[in-house]
Amino acid sequence: MPSFVIQEKCDGCKGGDKTACMYICPNDLMVLDPNAMKAYNQEPDQCWECFSCVKICPSQAIEVRGYADFVPLGSSIMPMLGTEDIMWTCKFRNGVVKRFKFPVRTTPEGAANAYEDLKGQDLESPLLATEEKDGYQVPKPQALA
Amino acid sequence: MALPNKPLGEIKAVRDPEVEEREVDCLIVGGGMAACGAAFEIKKWLPDDMSVLLVDKAAMERSGAVAQGLSAINTYIGENTPDDYVRMVRNDLMGIVREDLIFDLGCHVDDSVHLFEEWGLPIWKKTPEGKNLDGKKGLKMGTLKDGATPVRTGKWQIMINGESYKRIVAEAAKKALGDENILERIFIVELLLDANNPNQIAGAVGFSVRENKVYIIKCKSMLVACGGAVNIYQPRSVGEGKGRAWYPVWNSGSTYTLCMRVGAELTMMENRFTPARFKDGYGPVGAWFLLFKAKTLNGLGEPYATSEAAKKELEKYAPYGTAAITPTCLRNHLMLFEMKEGRGPIIMDTVTALAELGKTMDKKELKHLEAEAWEDFLDMTCGQANLWCATNTEPEKKNSEIMPTEPYLLGSHSGCCGLWVSGPDYDWVPDSYKVKADNGKVYKQMTTVYGLFTAGDGVGGSGHKFSSGSHSEGRIAAKQMVRYAVDHKDYTPTLKMSTDEIVDMVYKPVRVFLDHCEYTTAVDVNPNYIKPNGMMYRLMKATHEYGAGTATFYQTTSKCLEIVMDLLQVMREDCEKMAAGDLHELLRAWEIIHRIWTVESHLRHIQFRKETRYPGFYYQSDHPGQDDENWFCFVNSKYDPEKGEWDIFKKEYVKIIPD
Repeated sequence: MPSFVIQEKCDGCKGGDKTACMYICPNDLMVLDPNAMKAYNQEPDQCWECFSCVKICPSQAIEVRGYADFVPLGSSIMPMLGTEDIMWTCKFRNGVVKRFKFPVRTTPEGAANAYEDLKGQDLESPLLATEEKDGYQVPKPQALA
Repeated sequence: MALPNKPLGEIKAVRDPEVEEREVDCLIVGGGMAACGAAFEIKKWLPDDMSVLLVDKAAMERSGAVAQGLSAINTYIGENTPDDYVRMVRNDLMGIVREDLIFDLGCHVDDSVHLFEEWGLPIWKKTPEGKNLDGKKGLKMGTLKDGATPVRTGKWQIMINGESYKRIVAEAAKKALGDENILERIFIVELLLDANNPNQIAGAVGFSVRENKVYIIKCKSMLVACGGAVNIYQPRSVGEGKGRAWYPVWNSGSTYTLCMRVGAELTMMENRFTPARFKDGYGPVGAWFLLFKAKTLNGLGEPYATSEAAKKELEKYAPYGTAAITPTCLRNHLMLFEMKEGRGPIIMDTVTALAELGKTMDKKELKHLEAEAWEDFLDMTCGQANLWCATNTEPEKKNSEIMPTEPYLLGSHSGCCGLWVSGPDYDWVPDSYKVKADNGKVYKQMTTVYGLFTAGDGVGGSGHKFSSGSHSEGRIAAKQMVRYAVDHKDYTPTLKMSTDEIVDMVYKPVRVFLDHCEYTTAVDVNPNYIKPNGMMYRLMKATHEYGAGTATFYQTTSKCLEIVMDLLQVMREDCEKMAAGDLHELLRAWEIIHRIWTVESHLRHIQFRKETRYPGFYYQSDHPGQDDENWFCFVNSKYDPEKGEWDIFKKEYVKIIPD
């Protein structure tokens, strides 16, 4: 289900040093035409429909149209990713609309504790740094204990 | 209008790229769950005077198999034991697994899950009354680490709200490693051995997909964790839909190819995974089976999987087939049997399942149940949700078809191909499972190449790690690669190839293109070269028809394997004439080279193992059924980079955990 860029909405991320969709696409599909200052999906048949570009686009210029080889026209699913939740609007071909809101994280963005100051003590032990800190003991197989 | 004989991509490739040379102590290749685990762990062990670098071909925030998110964590030991975890994995993979690796992973995986929750991943909890709480509400019950009860779907799986799973894990990884130690959009294409010490890793080479620049990175120890292999067989959808692979379409077998090309031993490359998923959209079925208790029906509406005939068929594969949980391959086997007998298609009866669950629910709970069903797709396979919308499928009103997909190669899901790595250095681990380095020491997850480590999809013989287990394996490998680098402080990596020779190799497809592109008037058709796209189709056609693809219901024969081996040989020769006019195409060129090598190892292993160990995943029709007497062993192989020759051999299996 390839992503596509709505011409009118895309501003090429205003010529900033990072075009959002190009930065995020895991498969190197989204590119910027520097003359038109618009992004496009350069290889739609390699699109995994991961929606990473749709979710990150600051102009909401990217949507997804179902794969031509098995998805009938007329439906759409659109996410709005916030800091705590994601809102999905799912439109059926027959006009039914469903909306869902799901949590995405319980901490503020950027707050993940990376334990930057934690230093492991025993390089020869099998313990990971946080296991060592917690005093974890690696068990033996019960059958051999 | 200009003639269409110019490269199409926005970033044109030039004949002579810039070169950036670096030297670090430890190098992490990859950016998915395993590499993020390594990134989180490594500086906690790395002495201050030593250095590390991570290179990812994409952006860590959304790279790897978890880019889109996940709706469950499939490996959390919790109240279970690592012993039972080994038993489950062993049964699912038909008996032949590395029990030392699986047990050890079972000892460490929960620590990663506890970190995910601390970082902000919402994990569902059970209340004492048996209700499910998701999102922040789940935290009211406390954390898993403090003993809160997760919502189990199966014995090992726990439910999450996982849309941002990878973003959260990558955030911690990047903070821990430091932005200055990360290079994104660099694709590593070959590893290099040391000029003076045979069988010692010395570095990696690759290029930027954003600027014309080749990278040469020397290191003492290295982790390669670049996922499994996708789009190696013709997918069921061959138009736009071939992007809708079940596993991430960008996984190009690089883990296996990079390591095998420097002589690292592979194991169980014959093992593949052909998951049965919702047809076309490839949405997950796990929650439907486990959480919603849905049944599968054949085209006649019969619950074939519980029929007498199915029981009889499964008895042929005892003890695996008769175990409480039927192995994944045998579930496929039963499905294929129905289809071949003309009783297709296979239907997931979502209507009955939701109606049954609804009987004991009030309106609000029903609404939540419906949302859970949709979240399962929207968290990890958005396209399946759109397919339901486009086909007016409300699961409480209309059933959906399920279908086994095209084959995938991986080592972290319900498959176990990968590298032969060292087990942990415990007295209960058999010697034959320990890989000793030049100093006589054992470094867990080191491949048979000194200083070269792998994790996640790269570690062979130990499936069912999934996202959490891959993260833990990355962490374990990180500590071991620091230990290796510290123990080899005096080692200075030296490359055999000159900088010019390396650039020649990495940019060869660009130079082939520039040498010949003016000859014809259309850029894709030129007798002097082949484009990566054409080579991709050639590979897919060959494997589809001869290598037990969907064309033959996953059957192959000795003769078919002989033919496909010849085709692969010619493909490798023609890869010398692969052409890339822009940097995106150069990425695709190297990816297809990696895929071809990976597939070759897969088919060599199938050719060698003269039995059908995994019916439902593939059938060697000249050797149907399992032959425990001769084949209850690992199959390992080794490519000799000096001689350009393959060696393939049996390796002893040791049972550590009793039944």
